[in-house]
Amino acid sequence: MRQCSFDVHAYDEEDDAIVSADDRCVGCQRCATYCPTGAITIRLSERDFRLNANWRPEHLMDIKRQAETGGVILTGMGNDKPYRIYWDHLLLNASQVTNPSIDPLREPMELRTFLGAKPDRLRFADGRLLTELAPQVRLEMPILFSAMSYGAITYNAQLALMQAAEECGTLCNTGEGGWPRDFRRFGKNVIVQCASGRFGVDFDYLNQAAVVEIKIGQGAKPGIGGHLPGEKVTPLVAETRMIPVGTDALSPAPQHDIYSIEDLSTLIYALKEATNYEKPVSVKIAAVHNAPAIASGIARAGADIIAIDGVRGGTGAAPKVIRDNVGIPIELALAAVDRRLRREGIRNRVSLVAAGGFRSSADVIKAIALGADAVYIGTAALVAMGCTLCQQCYTGKCAWGITSADPVLAKRLNPDIATRRLVNLVKAWSLEIKEMLGGMGINAIESVRGNRLHLRGVGLEEWELETLGVRGAG
Amino acid sequence: MLREDSALSDRVLSIDTSGVYYRDLNKMLREGVAKGAREFVLRGVTGQRYIGTGLVERVSIKIFGTPGNDLGAFMDGPSIEVFGNAQDGLGNTMNSGKIVVHGNAGDLLGMAMRGGKIFVKGDAGCRSAIHMKEYRDMRPTVVIGGTARDFFAEYMAGGEVVLLGLTLPPGVRHSCAFMGTGMHGGRIYIRGAIDPSKLGKGVIIQELSEPDWETVKARVAEFAAYFDMDAGAILSAPFVKLCPASTRPYGVLYAGRN
Ligand code: SF4
Ligand code: SF4
Repeated sequence: MRQCSFDVHAYDEEDDAIVSADDRCVGCQRCATYCPTGAITIRLSERDFRLNANWRPEHLMDIKRQAETGGVILTGMGNDKPYRIYWDHLLLNASQVTNPSIDPLREPMELRTFLGAKPDRLRFADGRLLTELAPQVRLEMPILFSAMSYGAITYNAQLALMQAAEECGTLCNTGEGGWPRDFRRFGKNVIVQCASGRFGVDFDYLNQAAVVEIKIGQGAKPGIGGHLPGEKVTPLVAETRMIPVGTDALSPAPQHDIYSIEDLSTLIYALKEATNYEKPVSVKIAAVHNAPAIASGIARAGADIIAIDGVRGGTGAAPKVIRDNVGIPIELALAAVDRRLRREGIRNRVSLVAAGGFRSSADVIKAIALGADAVYIGTAALVAMGCTLCQQCYTGKCAWGITSADPVLAKRLNPDIATRRLVNLVKAWSLEIKEMLGGMGINAIESVRGNRLHLRGVGLEEWELETLGVRGAG
Repeated sequence: MLREDSALSDRVLSIDTSGVYYRDLNKMLREGVAKGAREFVLRGVTGQRYIGTGLVERVSIKIFGTPGNDLGAFMDGPSIEVFGNAQDGLGNTMNSGKIVVHGNAGDLLGMAMRGGKIFVKGDAGCRSAIHMKEYRDMRPTVVIGGTARDFFAEYMAGGEVVLLGLTLPPGVRHSCAFMGTGMHGGRIYIRGAIDPSKLGKGVIIQELSEPDWETVKARVAEFAAYFDMDAGAILSAPFVKLCPASTRPYGVLYAGRN
């Protein structure tokens, strides 16, 4: 009964029975998981509206709630609508007879990835490299933890992500909500964000991190800003964001110093000046219709990394209408951006990081074959920590201590256990990627990068294959 | 890579910046600081960007000419004095330090500034003083001697901005539209008449309280001292204060659970 943070269960003294208010249940599975006798089952129960393929229960419920409140409907996590998931229509190749597959248990397999701008050409003299290289960050595997702000996720959840990034030799992104001082010790494994709110962005913040990322947009809510309500601005959140306790933290929709590619370039170089040209600067955008042209502009504006977040990317809070209707799938955006940058001969100038709903190691390797250098995982990392995708993050009542605002609920996440689970996940995916590479007869992830010959489409239309740059199977 | 015409004496480094690329100039400043220079005099400045960015020491920089965009962006400590006009992005996301401009400033002055002070003798462009914030004893201050253009002090979350209107002809009002839209903290003080229809949504005009007057007096006194003006004369005209109508302008937009 106490496990439920959504007040579903109550004890009726008179009847000596537990009663449940079923309509409040969000299906987070906390009670069922923690029931000592396994007595609880959570079943889907739709309201008994008359069946209607057009007016589905979700529409009716939303209309009724909006008629009551007059407000925008909020939600959490990523788009849950059945748009086509292209990963499920792309199949990988394997070696048979003509080139032998490789056993990853016996042969070394290279997953190491460097993010940062690569030179157009290298010049040597007397065996020494003359070309000045742009700053690079080294990842042991092409998987990074996406931006999740402290305040949206709990202290323990962010701690677990940072510890796991350090242990795995990869990076974790602070999100735009600042960077708690105690976590600066993880600097070598941290990407900090500079977004429209500029929360906590100061000299130390920029210089302690490995990468600085300018956040233009995110897949779950392209084109709109954010707003952390004053109630969630606790003393530590206030210190991290550098705003007074209890005030609203507002992230305007655009960064008001960026109205053009030239303005973006000005900010990129301001950040490079502020960090003495020692750190790669990333620019994160939501995958939108014109992503290839925008990405070309970003590359020319001087960014070292472009992160693209697809329509299925998660969030702590977003208007549902935006989450479910704005943006395009990462598969199409990634393939189109990679092709455009190649055609323009500037693909080497930036690393591409894809984000937005990566569910398995297969999705990751397919993204790399479509042109990504690495992949951001957010939702998968939360699921590893215990999340059940109940989509209630914005309520602050997360029953798993991941996005909970209530300090008692927040204690439910043990950061060391969560770290272990994250590390296990990344290790497991890395092993699986090695297995798949071995099966293709390849021993380095580099050989798959942008190599669409390793992919074949099934059940896709002509235009989809063309956008993806992939041939149909058979 | 200090150039030969750069003279370091008594910890004052004088640099002729004509024809020097901004990246090289800023590197010279960083190297100069590392070598112990405490004061820089930059002559012939013609559009070099990011001067003062990435410097955290309390050095002083005198600039003769026209510095480029993002002067003092992400700056944390230095004092800059510009004998000329400043361009866009002056003091962008500045943390501490001071910038005094003996001229006008472009767009985006003091954007997302978190601490330190900016004084501009003349006018400022669009989107000036937007999204300034404060935290504990860090309270950014912007004083603009003239007027500002549209979107002045939007999303104001902390600190104070004073608009003096000294460049307006008699009888002419400040004409910036959308003043203070989305304001949810901080203080905006304006001398001279404003057109209420130009205020941003959710912003109201108020009289100054006693503590407000103290703040305004102190800021005007400092402003007048930099530009050799008469603070008393400036203070003799009426001031108004802009406030958010609600402290939670964004609190009522959302419906409950989904
Ligand atoms: S909201 Fe979660 S804890 Fe509460 S009854 Fe439903 S599944 Fe159980
Ligand atoms: S983080 Fe918590 S609230 Fe959000 S979807 Fe996961 S379990 Fe639900």
